[in-house]
Amino acid sequence: MVEWTDFERATIQDIFSKINYEVVGPAALSRCLVVYPWTQRYFGNFGNLYNAAAIASNPLVAKHGTTILHGLDRALKNMDNIKETYSELSVLHSEKLHVDPDNFKLLSDCLTIVLAAQMGKDFTADVQGAFQKFLSVVVSALGRQYH
Amino acid sequence: MSLNETDKAVVRDVWAKISKSSDAIGTDAVGRLLTVYPQSKIYFSHWADLSPGSGPVAAHGKKVMKGIGLAVSKIDNLTDGLLDLSEKHAFQMRVDPANYKLLNHCILVVIASMHPKEFTPEAHCALDKFLTALALALSEKYR
Repeated sequence: MVEWTDFERATIQDIFSKINYEVVGPAALSRCLVVYPWTQRYFGNFGNLYNAAAIASNPLVAKHGTTILHGLDRALKNMDNIKETYSELSVLHSEKLHVDPDNFKLLSDCLTIVLAAQMGKDFTADVQGAFQKFLSVVVSALGRQYH
Repeated sequence: MSLNETDKAVVRDVWAKISKSSDAIGTDAVGRLLTVYPQSKIYFSHWADLSPGSGPVAAHGKKVMKGIGLAVSKIDNLTDGLLDLSEKHAFQMRVDPANYKLLNHCILVVIASMHPKEFTPEAHCALDKFLTALALALSEKYR
């Protein structure tokens, strides 16, 4: 089981209580699609992903970005059992969506950077550490049911 | 994933905008590396103080950013341009190349936090490509 310090728990809850899901989610996903263009393979039916501007203004990308970010709410509410919490989603990503689990890390990195841009000085090294630990636990749980 | 002319132009442009705060960027990035990826501390066991913002951390951050500035100036041929630094990292310091990825990420996080408007997805992409190419050039002499 993952051990969380009080600082880590408080930091994660605090971050998510303050972010605007409809801004951060789309920003993270569209950034991922631009910085790591091979991730576009999973969104063939999303329409125009031709360039960064198209991606940034694509409503399907925006909607999906928000959905993904809300997916993290499950971990937020079950920090002491993230492994089990994502078991179903892990199977979905593996068997139905066929997402290379390496992509989870790419999206995590983009989310970290979007948060850093938004929080500026408040995104201290310790806050970054806590946030990245949280994301890496979710990423690990999402990759668990791949066989 | 080599750098095209647009990438190089973007990198030069971003560097021009951020290089005056390069010392602060370097200090912050190295401090984050040691905090977020504690395994990286093994390379600095000879330092008296490994805390973010300490003397040794700041000095090293400055050194790293000087190397990046050099790389920007040698962007048309990073392998040749960084030969000396590569030898140093390979034979003297023996840094596991996996760590370059970690420091690169921290550098990008710092640039994002200090210059959010400039750090657009396109700028992020070009810089990520550049830092990856830099890491590759730095690993050139390893084996």
